[in-house]
Amino acid sequence: MSQIIRLKKGFEINLAGEAKREILNREQPETFSVKPTDFVGVLRPKALVKPGDNVKAGTPVFSGKNYPGVNFASPVSGEVADVVRGEKRALLEIRILADKDIEYETFDQFTPSDLNNADPEALKKEILDSGLWPFIIQRPFAVIADPNDSPKAIYISGFDSNPLSADYGMTLKGEEKYFQAGIDALGKLTEGQVHLSISSDREVASIFSQITGVQSHKFHGPHPSGNVGVQIHHIDSIVKGDLVWTVKPEGVVKIGKLFLEGRYDARRTIALAGSMVKETGYIETYVGARVDKFLRDNLKEGNTRVISGNVLTGESIGQEGYLGFYDDLITVIPEGDEERFFLTTGWLGPIMSRLSFHRAWGLMSFLNGGKKKYDLDTNLNGEERPFVQTGAFEKVLPMDIYPVYLLKAIMAEDYDEMEALGIYELAEEDLSLCEFIDVSKMPVQSILREGIQLMMES
Amino acid sequence: MKFLQDIFDKLEPNFKKGGKYESLFYLWEAQRTFIFTPKTTAPPRGAQIRDAIDLKRMMFTVVIALIPCLLFGIWNTGHMHYLSAGQEVGHLDKFLYGLWLVLPIVLVSYISGGLIEVAFALLRKHPVTEGFLVTGMLIPLVVPATIPLWQVAVGTIFSVVLAKEIFGGVGMNILNVALTARAFLFFAYPTEISGSEVWIATGEEVVQGYSGATALGIAAEVGTGENQIPVLEAFSNAFAPDLYSMKSMFIGTIPGSIGETSTLMCLIGAIILLITGVGSWRIMLSMLVGGVAMGLILNGFGSNEFLKLPFYYHLVMGGFAFGLVYMATDPVTAAQTQTGKWIYGFFCGFFAILIRVLNPAYPEGVMLAILLMNVFAPLIDYYVVGANKKRRLKRATV
Repeated sequence: MSQIIRLKKGFEINLAGEAKREILNREQPETFSVKPTDFVGVLRPKALVKPGDNVKAGTPVFSGKNYPGVNFASPVSGEVADVVRGEKRALLEIRILADKDIEYETFDQFTPSDLNNADPEALKKEILDSGLWPFIIQRPFAVIADPNDSPKAIYISGFDSNPLSADYGMTLKGEEKYFQAGIDALGKLTEGQVHLSISSDREVASIFSQITGVQSHKFHGPHPSGNVGVQIHHIDSIVKGDLVWTVKPEGVVKIGKLFLEGRYDARRTIALAGSMVKETGYIETYVGARVDKFLRDNLKEGNTRVISGNVLTGESIGQEGYLGFYDDLITVIPEGDEERFFLTTGWLGPIMSRLSFHRAWGLMSFLNGGKKKYDLDTNLNGEERPFVQTGAFEKVLPMDIYPVYLLKAIMAEDYDEMEALGIYELAEEDLSLCEFIDVSKMPVQSILREGIQLMMES
Repeated sequence: MKFLQDIFDKLEPNFKKGGKYESLFYLWEAQRTFIFTPKTTAPPRGAQIRDAIDLKRMMFTVVIALIPCLLFGIWNTGHMHYLSAGQEVGHLDKFLYGLWLVLPIVLVSYISGGLIEVAFALLRKHPVTEGFLVTGMLIPLVVPATIPLWQVAVGTIFSVVLAKEIFGGVGMNILNVALTARAFLFFAYPTEISGSEVWIATGEEVVQGYSGATALGIAAEVGTGENQIPVLEAFSNAFAPDLYSMKSMFIGTIPGSIGETSTLMCLIGAIILLITGVGSWRIMLSMLVGGVAMGLILNGFGSNEFLKLPFYYHLVMGGFAFGLVYMATDPVTAAQTQTGKWIYGFFCGFFAILIRVLNPAYPEGVMLAILLMNVFAPLIDYYVVGANKKRRLKRATV
C-alpha cells in the first residue's frame, strides 16, 4: 500500500438525516426514465423509440449526435410510455412502463480468465452496445469518454465524501466478484494503470479490500478528498494533451456484471437521506426510478426539495421526479423559500443553526464544534454579488489552482487564461464547496461548465 | 414581521416591470432586501445548500469593527476642544461636543455617497450593493472634525464616481474608495486637511502656547532642516502635559483625523476583523513588519532628528494603525493571492514610513503608500498567478 496523501484544505458539511444502514422495503415504481440531461456534453439527443414500443433492459433508447456508437439504454424492460420534449422539441426524458419481471438483452458472456485474454476492442464494443459506456467519464472536461481514445490511466474513487453520501459498503454489498471483473476489463482499455483511491480515515467498503490489478492510493482529509478530480491532481495531475478516464465504483461493478452475466443489470441500491425524510435508509431499485413511491408518507410536514444526488452537486427533481443515471442517493431537505427579517434570522441576526464556513458578524456555527448535524434549507442566504472576498475558495479546494482567477477568465471568455489556470483539471463537483461558501452567491459550478464548453468547442 | 411583508407585497407590483415606478425597481429592491433576506433559493442544478454568510453581513462586520474608532473619535474631538480651551469638563460633555461635529460628517458622507450609489444602480440597472456601507463610515474617520461639510460631500461623490462606479462598481475598483476621497480632499483643499490649524476644533479662546499640530507635523518640523532639536524633546513641550507621550498616542488623546488617532481602538477593531476572518491577518502582519523594517532602517541612518525617532513611535503616530487595520485590508483593492498579500502588506508599511519621514511635502505617508500599493496589487498578483501557470506548464512539458 502506498503512502497516505494528506489533504488539509476542504470542509465537512455535517447534515442531519444520514441514511440508516438498513434496507427499506418499498414498492417498486411503475415507471423509469432515461434522461439525456443527466449526460453532460451530449449534443442533440435523438430518441430511438416511440411511445408504445417494447424495450428490454439494455435496449438503446436514444443516441447523441456527438457520440456515435455510444448507446444509452433502457434500465428495465417494458413499454415506452412517454417521450417528453421541451423547448424546440429537445429530448428531455424517455419514460418506460416497467414489466413485473425484467427481460434482458443478451450480450457475450466471459469468465474471469476469458476477460484477461480478451480483445480490448471486443470489450469496448460490448460496453458500448449495452449502454454502459456513459459510466466512463473522461478528463479533461468531465464528459462521457470518446470510445476511440486510449486513456493514459483510469481513476476510480473508492469513497464519496459528499454530505449524506451513500455508503459503498451498503450500495455495493456483495459485488466483489463483479467489481474485480470490471477492473480487469477496464485494465484492458488503457495502456496505463487503473488507480483506486480509498480513504484512510473512513471505513473502507469491503468490496475494495481484496482487489488486484489496481494501483491503490490512500487519501486523508475532509471533503472534497473523495472527488476523483482532486485525487488525480495529487496522483498525476492532468496537463494539456493528457487524457484520462474516471469511472464510479457503481459503473465498474455494472461493467463487470455485464461481462460475467452477459446483461445490463440496472439494479441499484440507493440511499434515501436528508432532514425531511421520516424513515431514512437504503432502497433497492433500478436506475431512473420514479421516486414518488419512496417518498410517499415518508416526508415530514413542510415545503421540501427532492434532490437526485447530494446537496452539493445534485439536481432538484421534485417529488415525482426520476433518479439520475449517476446518482445513488436521494436527498430531501427543506425548501427555504421564505423571507427572513434582517435582525432576527436575516443578514444581521446571530445565527447558530445555519452552518457557515466563515465567522463574520453573528455567524456562530463554528461554536457548535464539528459534531453538530445541521438541518439546512435551500435558501441562498443572500443575493448574488460581484466577487469581493478573496482567499476563501482556496481554503476549500485542495488543488494548486486559483479558482477566482479561473472563473474570471471564463467570464471573460479568455481561452488561453482558462487553459493556463488549470481548467483541464476541474469538474463542477470540485468547485461545489466554493459555490457553497461563496459570499457573493455566484453559480460557480455552472460558470465552470460554461468554460469547459467553450474549451471543448475551441 | 408579517405585516411588513404584507406592505411590501402590496406595493411591489408598482415597481415591477410595467408598474408605475418601474424605473425605481432597484431602489425598491435594495430596501426590501435590506429588511428581509430574500426568499431566493438555489437553482435546480448545482449546490442546493448555501453558506449562511452574505456580502451584507461581511461588510457589516467591518462597520462593527469601526465603531470603537468612531466612538473614541467623537469623544476625542470634544476632549481636544476643551483641552485647547483649557477647560475641565466631564466625558459626556466631551462626547456631546464631538457628536455635534462628527455626526453631520457621517450623515453627509452616507447620504451623498448613498445617493450616488442609488443613482448609478438605477441608471445602470443593477442592484444596490453593500460596498458603501463601509466606505461611508471610513471617509468621516479619515478627515479632521473641522472639515467643511460640503467638502465631505464633494470628496465622497468624487471618489464613489471616479474610483468605483466608472470601473463597474463594487468589486471592480482598483483604488480604495475612502482613501481616494481623502487623497482628493488633500490635494484639492489642502488648507482644510493639512497643516496645524485643522486638527482641533478650537473655541474662541485657546490656552497659552497652544499649537494644534499633529505629532507627525511636529516631528517633520523640528526634526528636519536647520535648527533641529530631538523630536521627543519637542513632544514634551506641548501646550498640555503629556499630549504627545507614547501613552497618549497609543490611547489616542492626540490631535488628528477623527478616527485615526487611537492605536488602541484600531487594535480592538483588528481583533474583531481577525477573529471573524474578514480582515486578512497576512496583510496586517506584513504591513506591521514593513513599517518596523523601514523604521529600523531610518534609525540606522539617523542623519536627522526625524530619522532618529525610535521606530516604534511610527506605529502609534498618524494613521499607520488605522490604515493597517481598515484600509490596506480592503479585499477588493489589496492583493488577492496569499503570497501577494504578504508582499503587498510589507510594501504598504515600508513605503508609508518612507514617505512619512523622507518626503517633506507629505507629513503622513500611509494614505499614499496604500494607494500606491493598490495600483501595484494587480501586478503582484499577476506574477504570483503567473508562477502557478508556470508550474502547470512545467508539468506539461516534462
